[in-house]
This record gives sequence, structure tokens and C-alpha cells, in this order.
Amino acid sequence: MTTTVPSTMGFPIHAGTKILGIETSCDETAAAVVVGGHQVRSSVVSSQVDIHARFGGVVPEIASRAHVDLLTPVIAEALVEAGLEGIELDAVASTVGPGLVGALLIGVSTAKALALVWDVPFVAVNHLEAHLYAALVEDPSLELPLVVLLVSGGHTMLISMEGHGRYRLLGSTIDDAAGEAFDKVGRYLGLGYPGGPAIDRISMEGDPHAIAFPRAMYNDGLDFSFSGLKTSVINHVRKHPESATADVAASFQEAVVDVLVHKARKAAQQIGAKGLVLGGGVAANSLLRERFLSACVEDGIHGFLPSRAMCTDNAAMVAAAAWWRLGADGPSGLDHGADPNLKLPLLS
Amino acid sequence: MLILGLESATAEVGCAIGGHEGVLASSHSARGKRHAENLTPAIEFVCRQARVELSEISCVAVDNGPGLFTGLRVGVASGKAIAQALRVPMISVSSLDLLAFPLRFTDRRIATVIDARRNEVFWAFYRQVPGGIQRISEPTVGSADDLAAELQAQPGDTLLAGDGAVRYADTLSLRPGIEVAGGDHAYPSARSLVQLAHAKALREDWVRPEQIELLYLRKPDAEINWSVREGA
Ligand SMILES: [Zn+2]
Repeated sequence: MTTTVPSTMGFPIHAGTKILGIETSCDETAAAVVVGGHQVRSSVVSSQVDIHARFGGVVPEIASRAHVDLLTPVIAEALVEAGLEGIELDAVASTVGPGLVGALLIGVSTAKALALVWDVPFVAVNHLEAHLYAALVEDPSLELPLVVLLVSGGHTMLISMEGHGRYRLLGSTIDDAAGEAFDKVGRYLGLGYPGGPAIDRISMEGDPHAIAFPRAMYNDGLDFSFSGLKTSVINHVRKHPESATADVAASFQEAVVDVLVHKARKAAQQIGAKGLVLGGGVAANSLLRERFLSACVEDGIHGFLPSRAMCTDNAAMVAAAAWWRLGADGPSGLDHGADPNLKLPLLS
Repeated sequence: MLILGLESATAEVGCAIGGHEGVLASSHSARGKRHAENLTPAIEFVCRQARVELSEISCVAVDNGPGLFTGLRVGVASGKAIAQALRVPMISVSSLDLLAFPLRFTDRRIATVIDARRNEVFWAFYRQVPGGIQRISEPTVGSADDLAAELQAQPGDTLLAGDGAVRYADTLSLRPGIEVAGGDHAYPSARSLVQLAHAKALREDWVRPEQIELLYLRKPDAEINWSVREGA
């Protein structure tokens, strides 16, 4: 489906428009105040990662219970840090999907209720679009078109951002998301949950070239595949139980990062992008950050790495995306719900 | 004193506003599974009907369960947000108490029963006391057979209310004297919530938004599986 931007329906926004963003799509309870789309006045994130760690993954019901308890204090803190009273805000935004439906509904219900009390617009935000805006919050000098490599536990996508709200999907994973591969391999190697940070840490002591894991679909287009790599890791450990875990982890990480960076560069060249940007939770990986930046330098392209806090789920990116969405589409209805399978609006 | 009551713990969604003069306006919708979509517009509508600005509200009342987890949280999250924004206190009332309240004039024992899905129900017992009713058992979760056994063991007449009583009427009405209340007694109402909350507000029996505790009565499946695995 094509999404056009009906400018006539827009709402007047300006550099002083203050938006409260709320994010509860997975296991982070977050609220932030962003002024004019990129001036972050506060960004509070309460991570539930410790609550879910013993289950080896995010448990939806536990996430929802935590969100309903944590969101009120998180919002209060975001307002205090921003030095604002709620009544001074110009809009309230919340992620409406994709994500865990029960978790999303807590943020959506809260945001709509606040918008009603303060008599300001409610803005429904697509979580993936919010990730695309994360870089623009920290570096407003980024020029379009941009290629964004969005890598998280749920997504692995290469997106070209041609304009505000104008996106093209250049490539995506045909099976596991990169973050999912990190979690599964982390669990298999007994490194615990979440796998990403654990593999990142132990890989520093390992030899990334100890094992030549396959790079699936390396030269075929811009799509990714990570499930075969996960299987190779398992097969290798079965056959060579004597392999040092650090070497296995480092070699696995090397293979993932190699493919991600290779395809991101290819995508940027293909569309003649002015900039290349990293986003999503996996963008916190040290090796990926390092390789990504050196690739951009080599290719003479404006590369931008958002801070780790901006790559992982946060509400500042939600408020930033909302600023532009509000200007383009106007307020969302108070009868808005959540859509766990919401897609990024793409140009056909 | 004006109280805004939000009720979304079961299949219905309701909202009411009222105070010393009783309930000024209320709304309810019975299209299940659209709690979040329906509740915010319902609040707006009820305020308009009652000719009340949200800023005039002095207390937000919510149903804190037990009930359907997702719906329950939609009401509680909305109520907490409004109370936080208006800087007013909250009152929470159990869905089981809300179901018993409209039956306060009966002289029979009352059992309120909410469908907990997965072949289970939430329930509690009530009896008449001067000026109202009193809960005489802790809210419980169990199978309809468990409740039937408890009903069987108790002498005297019992009046049942709630969607769980309706759904398991055949299992629960096992002898004369145990009867399921018909009509409007299947779901807790926002009107009852405002009325009960008003009585609590007069006693200053309120809490801050962050003190609201939800009555789930059931652990998340993952925790149950975890304790089974750990042998806890
Ligand atoms: Zn995310």
C-alpha cells in the first residue's frame, strides 16, 4: 500500500512544538519530551531486561504487568527532567505497533488519556518509523536520501529514506532477525539472555577468524538470512566441543557483522545515498559500530551512528517521529488502538 | 466532589461520572476486545453528557480486577494517566465487589463469579450488613467445579452474579436455592463503580496512582512453568 502525505490534513508544528512520546512496545517502558522534532529535553527508559532474563526472552504478560506499574513514574520523571508541566505540552504520542499487543495498549491508553486531559492532539506512531527518526534526532544535518540499516531482535531491514514518510524497503531478512540470531546463539553457548551484549563482551577475548562460518546470501541482492548461520554454530560446537566459547562467539559475530556491513554499503551505493545510518538494538554491538563507521569513511559517505541509548528502544525517537507525523497527517483519533503487526508504510 | 469511573475489566467497557448527586452520566459498550479503542472516546462523551470538564474531576476510580488482563490494564492505565495529569487521587474497587453492589437488597448470600477463561472463574462471597454488603471471602480463582463444591457445602440460599455465573450456570446451580441473577448482572458497571467509589471517597479511602494494585489472582504462565521446572 502506498502512503501519500496529505499536507492539507496537517497540524501546525514549529520549532517550539513540545511533544511527550511514550514507548511500551516490548520490554522497555519509556517516556521522553522532544521539542521541535529533535531537541531532546528528557528521555527516560526503564528496562525490564532483568525481569525477563531468567525466562531467556521477553514474556508478554510479564512485560504488560511491568509497563502498567512503571509507566506513571517514568512519565513523571520525563516531565520533571524536561522542566515542564504536562499542560505546557503540545501533543502526546505513543507507539501503536508493531510490538506486543498487550504492552502496546498500555502506552496507547495512557497517551490518549493524557491527550484528552491536556486537550492536545494524540499522535499514533509506527515503532519502525520511530527507529528511522532516531538518527535524525541526534544529527539533523543528515541529508536525504539516507539508507538505514535497522537491526533488532525483531527486524533486519535496509530501508531507503527518500523523504519524510517516504520509505523504500531495499532488503530484509528471509528468516531470523539478526538480534534473534544473537539471542539464540547466546543461549546455545550458555551466555544467558540477552545474547547480544553477552556475545559482544566475550568476543573481545576470542579470535574472530578461528572458525569460518558461512555468510549466507553474501552476493545475492540485499536480503539477509541468519538461520543457517545459527545452525552452523550449533553443528560446529557439536563436532568440536573443545572449541573455546570466546572463539565461537567472536567468529559468529564476525560473520553477522560482515554480512550486515557489506549489504548496507551495497545498498547505499545502489541508491546513491548521501548518508548511511544504523538503528535498532543490535546497533549497540561494538564490532558492528566500528566496522560500519570505517566502511563509511572508506566509501566517502556520511555515516552516522546514533548513541547506544538512541539505537535501543526509547521514547525520544517516538516523539521525534510524531512531530513530523503530526505536521503531515494531523492528530490521530482517540479511538485508535494498537496493531501488533503494523507495517512500515512503503512507497510502491 | 466529582468522580470519574472507568470500568474495563471484563468483556464490556464502561465509563461514568458522578458524585453527591449520584451518577450524572454513564456509557457502556459491549463489543468485546475493543477496550482501548472505546474507552477514551467514552470518557470524552460522558464528560460532555454530564457537562463536566475533566479538570473538574476530583478523583478517578478504576476497577482493579480480577478480570481479563488486557482489558483490565487498559482501564487502569487510562485512569492512572488521568489522575496523574490532574494530580487527583484514585480509588480502586474490585470487579467482584462491583458485581455484588447492585444485589445489596437481597437477603440471600451473594456469590459473584467472573469468567477467567481456560475453564476457570474468579469468585468471592458477600453477605448483608446494615447499610450494605460485606465481602466474606477472599477473591479466589479456580474451576467452576471447585466453586460448585463450595456452594454445595454452604447451607441456605445463594444468589450468583457475573459472566462466569452465566457461563457455568448448569454446573453452579446444582440445587434449589442457588440461583443466577438474570438481567443486567453479568458485568460490573461503571455506575456501580462511581457509587461505591463515592462512599470510599467520603472515608478518604484513596490511593495515589502509583499505589494502584491490580488483582490478577493468576501468575503469568511463564512463571508457573518456571516454578514447575525449578520444583518450587
Ligand atoms: Zn525497537
